[in-house]
Amino acid sequence: MRPNGIALRQNFLLHHARQLGTLSGLLVLGLVLWVLTPHFLTLSNLLNVAEQATIIAIVAVGMTFVILTAGIDLSVGSVLAFAGVVMASALHAGAPLPFALLAGLVTGTVCGLVNGLLITLGRLPPFIATLGMMSVARGTALMYTGGRPISGFSENFRWLATGEVLRVPIPVIVMIGIYAIAFFVLTRTKLGRYTYAIGGNEEATHLSGVNVRFYKTVVYGLAGLFSGLAAILLTARLNSAQPIAGMMYELDAIAATVIGGTSLLGGEGNVLGTLIGALIMAVLRNGLNLLGVSSFLQQVVIGSVIIVAVLIDMALKRRGKYS
Amino acid sequence: METAPLLKMSQISKTFPGVLALDKVDFELRRGEVHVLLGENGAGKSTLMKILSGAYQKSSGEIELDGVPVSIKNPRHAQDLGISTIYQELNLIPHLSIAENIFLGREPSKFASVIDQRALVRAARELLKGLGLTVDPSARVKRLGIAEQQMVEVAKALSLETRILIMDEPTSALSQQEIKQLFATIRRLKEGGVSIIYISHRLEELFELGDRVTVLRDGRSVATCEVAETSKPELIRLMVNRELTEQFPKRQATIGEEILRLEGLTTSGLRDISFSLHKGEVLGIAGLMGAGRTELAQAIFGVEKIEAGQIYVKGKARRITSPRRAINCGIGFLTEDRKSQGLVLRLSVGENLCLPSVDKFTSWGMVDRNKEKLACRRYIQELRIRTPSLKQKVSFLSGGNQQKVVLGKWLCSEAEIFIFDEPTRGVDVGAKTEIYELMDRLTAEGVAIIMISSELPEVLGMSDRVLVMRSGEIAGEFSANEATQERVLQCALMA
Ligand SMILES: Nc1ncnc2c1ncn2[C@@H]1O[C@H](COP(=O)(O)OP(=O)(O)OP(=O)(O)O)[C@@H](O)[C@H]1O
Ligand SMILES: [Mg+2]
Repeated sequence: MRPNGIALRQNFLLHHARQLGTLSGLLVLGLVLWVLTPHFLTLSNLLNVAEQATIIAIVAVGMTFVILTAGIDLSVGSVLAFAGVVMASALHAGAPLPFALLAGLVTGTVCGLVNGLLITLGRLPPFIATLGMMSVARGTALMYTGGRPISGFSENFRWLATGEVLRVPIPVIVMIGIYAIAFFVLTRTKLGRYTYAIGGNEEATHLSGVNVRFYKTVVYGLAGLFSGLAAILLTARLNSAQPIAGMMYELDAIAATVIGGTSLLGGEGNVLGTLIGALIMAVLRNGLNLLGVSSFLQQVVIGSVIIVAVLIDMALKRRGKYS
Repeated sequence: METAPLLKMSQISKTFPGVLALDKVDFELRRGEVHVLLGENGAGKSTLMKILSGAYQKSSGEIELDGVPVSIKNPRHAQDLGISTIYQELNLIPHLSIAENIFLGREPSKFASVIDQRALVRAARELLKGLGLTVDPSARVKRLGIAEQQMVEVAKALSLETRILIMDEPTSALSQQEIKQLFATIRRLKEGGVSIIYISHRLEELFELGDRVTVLRDGRSVATCEVAETSKPELIRLMVNRELTEQFPKRQATIGEEILRLEGLTTSGLRDISFSLHKGEVLGIAGLMGAGRTELAQAIFGVEKIEAGQIYVKGKARRITSPRRAINCGIGFLTEDRKSQGLVLRLSVGENLCLPSVDKFTSWGMVDRNKEKLACRRYIQELRIRTPSLKQKVSFLSGGNQQKVVLGKWLCSEAEIFIFDEPTRGVDVGAKTEIYELMDRLTAEGVAIIMISSELPEVLGMSDRVLVMRSGEIAGEFSANEATQERVLQCALMA
């Protein structure tokens, strides 16, 4: 390069400025709650919050992949319910535990892959394809169970939700593991690279010889896989698989992703932000409960927080505070 | 010119994170003049103009309009001051009609803001006629080629009460014919008292059109002079600050065996195309806009559906149905439209460079970022891409440097057959020579190149053989000695 201006090196901080912003939002929120109610900052409550966050956080990982490709997946909540009841009935039919778990994961993945194929081969807009799947998966779960929950499982299975390692609940460990893997996949692997590229400019990516259809289908398959995983943890926690589980989870997952700074236009964002976004939602719910705020008012507050978070993000972006 | 200048920009500086794009630049514009802004890729021309048009805010400096200091807040404000711009990267809305694009934000309405469609179309047709354009104003913009879209931008600027018109490389995508029309329009505007700031990398245009010229180098203004009192070599020296060699390198490649052959290739827009390409050869493809040159490239690259005919690579019949397969056959395709087809603007320079060749740096699905970095650094150096780092978003590079990234992308993929569609669009004189030298080096290594270009001199200067296309067919073939400007043009227009 010829001498042209000062070549500042972009460092990690600058690169993750957006996520640091969200993180400070989370810290401020925590601080406020701590002042308002001392109970908030006890270890047991924080672990409780983390556990509350796990389900949405895991679903939101898949959602982040999908949104990074400039898509959307409205079916994650319904797929979760469907995968849950499939796994539960396998357990009740006496299937060995690993087999039942696998059945749940496979069910979720297959639903996701169907979404992907409808979008890539069927050329449906993601909104429509996954809207259809949302209804089909929910309806199938309801038909399959006759609308009744499937309850009562072995201690072994329930350990997945109740067990602890060094006082940290198993679901929290699973969540951390998933985020570590997802972060690695997005930053270090070909799949991750292509996920960003497809969301940034699908045509240019196709013309660069990337099999766009294949990778898009894989991404929707992943979203289904994570729904299946969330289904396992939720069923174990409730000791019951309900066909109406996961209602509105798609919206919470989208909210977590967007609060975390992933652009709905695709190509921009990462999972660290999503994790913080999911934690913000959980902390908010927990705090409002501790403060005894009515559940009606809670909805109003949470909706407002989502809007304000994105408004602040956009204002900062326009000022060019970070790229 | 005894009166004060219409526009005076003094000591303008602009910094971006990590880049000092403008360093105390002075610039003056007189009434009714065509003032050419000249400089290498990344010298700061577009940035200076974006400050004037309100798209960027200056970091420091003064702007005076008619002797009155102004601070231009946003593009709308600039328009109100009578400053309009045609940007280097076109900014039309593809799904709207031509007329709607021209009057976007200023639609004539009857009452209750119901848009008066008839008046809209009528006014648009007037404007287009003034530009000598015969397209239907209610056609959607996405149906138009780049050249026509450019004309729509011109019409849009004209529809505003414009005193200062900024044109950032308006001719880089136009054909000879259209350029002539544009120049006529510019002269007419000038007579009407409009002042024009004109950016171009084509020095011939400057002598044909310009009154004065200002040269930028590395973000500083190095000189302003009357066009009549300067010369091409002098300007080049001012721009690049070093001696330039002969523009077209002496070709040193020996032409080897056949590497690509097309037999009777037919698609929806191409008829019965046959030719062969050899190792070490540069095959130029000339023709007017819409003659099917880009479509031919797309057919070879697996983008257009082939209806009949056969492609042979190294003697073997190959079915190329997707870009992926084309790349596996060793073909690389540098597309003409870098913004929509060449680059992922939101990704970094490094990520774009490696997009077609990530496979090379991948084992077990994991990208080896060190290897990747090394490869990227190499091409950034080789092509002299001006970027503060590999991590810079490619959208923040200047137009010419973006073009170099597209080039680097295919070099990095180590293809053996390159299809270059308008490879020098928007690159400066120095970089052009570098690209020609690069083509020469590639062919010397045994690579074969198909070069599509609307700039006849470059087709004639670089090719070993020239094919001329007309309405989807090959209308003629010339060897390097036979090919002259007249012959090729005549063949392209009619047999
Ligand atoms: N938004 C931005 N963010 C960061 N850097 C930028 C931005 N816009 C321009 N630059 C940098 O400023 C410098 C000047 O760019 P500019 O686009 O003005 O060049 P130019 O003279 O128009 O070049 P070209 O002939 O290639 O169009 C370049 O180094 C470019 O990378
Ligand atoms: Mg420019």
